[in-house]
Amino acid sequence: MLTHTRPMNWIKPILVVAAMLFAAGQIQAASTAAGPAPDFTLKSNSGKNIKLSELRGQVVMINFWASWCGPCRQEMPLLDQLYQRYQPMGFTLLGVNVEEDSGAADKILKEIPVSFPVLYDNKSKVSESYQVQAMPSTFLIDRDGKLRYLHKGYRPGTEEDYQKQIRELIRE
Amino acid sequence: MAATRRILFLAASMAVCGSLLAAVLPEDRADVMYHRYDGGGVTVDGPSILVRKSIGQSVSLNANYYVDSVSSASVDVVSQASPYSEERTQTSLSMDYLHNKTLMNLSYTNSDENDYKAKTGSFSISHDMFGDLTTVSLGYSVGNDEVGNNLDPTFSESTKRQNYRLGLSQILSKDSLLNVNWETVTEEGYLNNPYRSYRFRDSSGTGYGYALEDGKYPRTRTSNALAFKLKYYLPYRAALSGEYRYFQDTWGIHAYNVEFGYIHPLKENWTFDVRYRFYTQSGADFYSDLFDRADQQNYMARDKELSSFQDHTIGLGVSYAFKPEQWQFIDRGSFNLSLDFIRFSYDDFRDVTAGGPAGEEPLLGFTANVIKAYLSIWY
Amino acid sequence: MMPRVRHGLAIAAALLLPLLSACSVEPWVKPYERAHLADPIMSMDRDPVASAYEDHVYETRESARGAEGGGGGGCGCN
Repeated sequence: MLTHTRPMNWIKPILVVAAMLFAAGQIQAASTAAGPAPDFTLKSNSGKNIKLSELRGQVVMINFWASWCGPCRQEMPLLDQLYQRYQPMGFTLLGVNVEEDSGAADKILKEIPVSFPVLYDNKSKVSESYQVQAMPSTFLIDRDGKLRYLHKGYRPGTEEDYQKQIRELIRE
Repeated sequence: MAATRRILFLAASMAVCGSLLAAVLPEDRADVMYHRYDGGGVTVDGPSILVRKSIGQSVSLNANYYVDSVSSASVDVVSQASPYSEERTQTSLSMDYLHNKTLMNLSYTNSDENDYKAKTGSFSISHDMFGDLTTVSLGYSVGNDEVGNNLDPTFSESTKRQNYRLGLSQILSKDSLLNVNWETVTEEGYLNNPYRSYRFRDSSGTGYGYALEDGKYPRTRTSNALAFKLKYYLPYRAALSGEYRYFQDTWGIHAYNVEFGYIHPLKENWTFDVRYRFYTQSGADFYSDLFDRADQQNYMARDKELSSFQDHTIGLGVSYAFKPEQWQFIDRGSFNLSLDFIRFSYDDFRDVTAGGPAGEEPLLGFTANVIKAYLSIWY
Repeated sequence: MMPRVRHGLAIAAALLLPLLSACSVEPWVKPYERAHLADPIMSMDRDPVASAYEDHVYETRESARGAEGGGGGGCGCN
């Protein structure tokens, strides 16, 4: 019999505390965003500046990514496929890189080349205005410039949802 | 078992809080290492091979094969001519399961040598919260050991162990991370080393001035350890680390260790690291290098691991990262070499092989070299 | 000087009470600010095979054991 300290005696209080704090929380994350998409102007990898409001009339997907984020790198080629397929129908994809040092982003683009514009948010101003809460984060904006869908994180299979939502917004 | 039920309850409650997002599984990798310890007359070397592979998005499997080959004799063996086992093989299997922000782990380890067999099962659960700034974890292990004796085939004893772990990992800033870990270990059963004896003053017979008797240990031991670890990213690409751990147990041993480390990447592929570790412990209540007489007290031991001593470690490591173009299967890899120099100095354990009147032999001190050479690949 | 059950509870409470605020506390390090934390040199355990061996070298020669683990940090992705 273990008669010295009784460790099980302190597990109960911990569980009570843990249960309390968990109950106090709220479950975040719906996948529907709302409201007008905050406007911004950022420099792109082609050298030109891109202003979001000038893309009104198109369906816009904004993907926030970073070179150090595994799931971000995983979804880049799939995003590129979506861009190439739906761009002729009035769809555009903006890859917003959130890093202070754009050199890291450019290195990844050499390994995983993409055809959609990559924008550099070096000062994190756009990430802040979009209240990015996960890496990666993908926003879908309709032709009127309104936020419609938000995806936090990436898991294989999410691209099916992207495709469904893009088709839906294009048809509007 | 009550413990597992409670931990499952905590797992259920963890699932309620936080977002419906997920964390990530540990990376797929394989490591092959050659390890070698040389010190105090003992050389122990062997391989350690680890393979980790994820299955789908939620499960990661991990297997490890490890061998210790002992090829010399330490001061304990030389002074008492006891035959230590020559080889220990350890295999472990573990599985990680990821569900949203919660990571669960189940693992089993089997350790075999001709006079000691140990089996351990572990379960742990960790949960990310507060925007992934905090990770809380709980762990429980239970183990059963069978103790044998190469000199006595009829000798058979057992030990049961349980470990309880609690951990908190907290991101303090963009550049710093703090870990706090607590672990309680309880053991009951045969806790001696069957080959070790205590010595007591004896002016008769042998002429050494002392005689030997089998050690007498308590049949229970409970210990608590609390450790703090900090990592800090410097203004240039390099990282500092610091650790402090305090330990004490029911055998009267108090110990602490502090460690400082510095990692410095150079150019694209090279990483250098250096560390210093200091450890000190007070001896067990029932430890003495030389008792006055046999059966002087209920419990008596002369294991140097239970004596009062310090050790200092200086470690140096170098790593070279590569990206193989030829094999598409491999993402990247690294060659690694690390050397540690450990200086042990004992306050109240004497080196009887150095000669001298009983109780006046020089205190034991020796340096050990530890080598780790390994290749890691990620796929 | 052995921490009894009360000390264990006090330590556990000290670890968990700061977390008693609502689960939806605003993170002061944003997900897009984790470049340094995601760097492998900031990992608490870069090479599990090496650190497990190191822990074993000390555990067989020293009396202290336990509290060696630790993870956390990293990119916080997904």
